[in-house]
Amino acid sequence: MAVTVKTFANASEAAGALSADRSARYLGGGTLVMRALNEGDVSISTVVRASDQALTRIDASGPRIMLGAGVTFARILAERDLAFLHAPARSIGGPAVRNMGTIGGNLFAPSPYGDFAVALLALDATIAVQGGFGTRDVPIEEFLQARDRQAGALVLSVSCTRPASTDAFRYRKIARIKPKGGSVITLAAHLPISGGRIAGARIALGSMAPTQIRARAAERALEGRSLDAATIAAAASAAGEGTSPSDNALGSAWYRREIVGVHLRRLLSGQE
Amino acid sequence: MSKIPLQFRHNGRDVAIFVDGGTNLLVALRELIGDMTPKFGCGQGGCGTCSVLIDGELHLSCLTLAETVAGRSIETLDGMKQGPNLHPLQRAFADNFAAQCGYCTPGMLMAAKALLDRNPSPSRADVIEAISGNICRCTGYEPIINAILAAAGGRASA
Ligand SMILES: Cc1cc2nc3c(=O)[nH]c(=O)nc-3n(C[C@H](O)[C@H](O)[C@H](O)COP(=O)(O)OP(=O)(O)OC[C@H]3O[C@@H](n4cnc5c(N)ncnc54)[C@H](O)[C@@H]3O)c2cc1C
Ligand code: FES
Ligand code: FES
Repeated sequence: MAVTVKTFANASEAAGALSADRSARYLGGGTLVMRALNEGDVSISTVVRASDQALTRIDASGPRIMLGAGVTFARILAERDLAFLHAPARSIGGPAVRNMGTIGGNLFAPSPYGDFAVALLALDATIAVQGGFGTRDVPIEEFLQARDRQAGALVLSVSCTRPASTDAFRYRKIARIKPKGGSVITLAAHLPISGGRIAGARIALGSMAPTQIRARAAERALEGRSLDAATIAAAASAAGEGTSPSDNALGSAWYRREIVGVHLRRLLSGQE
Repeated sequence: MSKIPLQFRHNGRDVAIFVDGGTNLLVALRELIGDMTPKFGCGQGGCGTCSVLIDGELHLSCLTLAETVAGRSIETLDGMKQGPNLHPLQRAFADNFAAQCGYCTPGMLMAAKALLDRNPSPSRADVIEAISGNICRCTGYEPIINAILAAAGGRASA
């Protein structure tokens, strides 16, 4: 079925068109939207695009980085200053999907997808959203929890603070097919160190709940401690608390609960 | 619904077509331009046999909204041969038995070309990564990897 495609030169006009029409869907890289159209999804009657350069901007020079929602994973991989985001970017799709898929679209990608959003959640990213109400900044956790209600709003950009060292940010995706495949579990950890102790630990999990979530019990086990074997063991045994994984073709809920602690332990102890 | 006029470069030649809203590039290439080299496998991004290069970058044509390629340059397998001669990658695929049923071959060749255009002497790991979005149900991948390495001048089966 033919759909109407509306292309706007600027993001706020696109946001206006999205908020005005409930059946409109924004097209980022299209790797999920085009799938839906190819399947004959009749709920999409209008596709909205924006050719605004602001959406593809990368500002990676300072301590706080900003990525336009339309930035692709391939572009992140080409950016030396974004080395801390290379592992999550590389873990997505094959090369073609990385050339097409955007970080904005990843925020909406349902399980087993949304790996990049797991990394952004551990980094306490801020999402700049434009809706009928104007532009506002939303903490990523709040954004993800209310994701279903974000329809009609346009994500403009994502920003976060650069981790202090390469060791302070870690990412691990468990997949059955290598080097690419859907996530069994995705884990990311941000471990800022202050005076030898962890201050502001963030552990984020993908495929352990309907959306990406923080493992708060594991974070508490790390907070204020040094990253030694006992602390790691405590965090690993708390990893599954508050999670609600489901069964899918890649793994059962039971299996996910069984292995989440194992992989968190490996991530925290720097094991491959 | 009215058709949308669309112009782009197809294997070095300017083309102009009219598409319906929502048409993907694979359908546009096959049904409107008559280039049958990109294949339809899944329409879901999963198999890679519809792979084409857009401005030199590997893309899945089934997941590309046709309108988004206005003014851009598309390369498909049809543009790979050099006059009467096969491209070195095509030659290497033939020499290394890298095609059995051949259904994945157009996508594999485009993925391989995208790799070699950027990285003329890839490692085996680079090759595996480069074709990781392309599924082959016949060869077991080894002959394809060897063919790409051979085309790159690497050792075929070390
Ligand atoms: C073969 C294949 C493999 C894949 N592998 C992975 C994987 O390993 N890991 C992974 O995480 N994902 C994977 N994906 C899913 C997908 O490619 C990525 O999640 C990608 O980031 C989606 O981005 P997109 O720009 O293509 O989204 P689109 O298809 O353009 O959009 C997806 C959704 O997000 C909305 N959206 C997009 N941009 C915005 C915006 N700026 N503002 C508001 N709404 C927006 C759209 O309206 C739509 O609802 C895979 C997909 C395929 C086809
Ligand atoms: S037909 Fe495009 S990836 Fe399968
Ligand atoms: S040769 Fe048959 S699918 Fe690859």
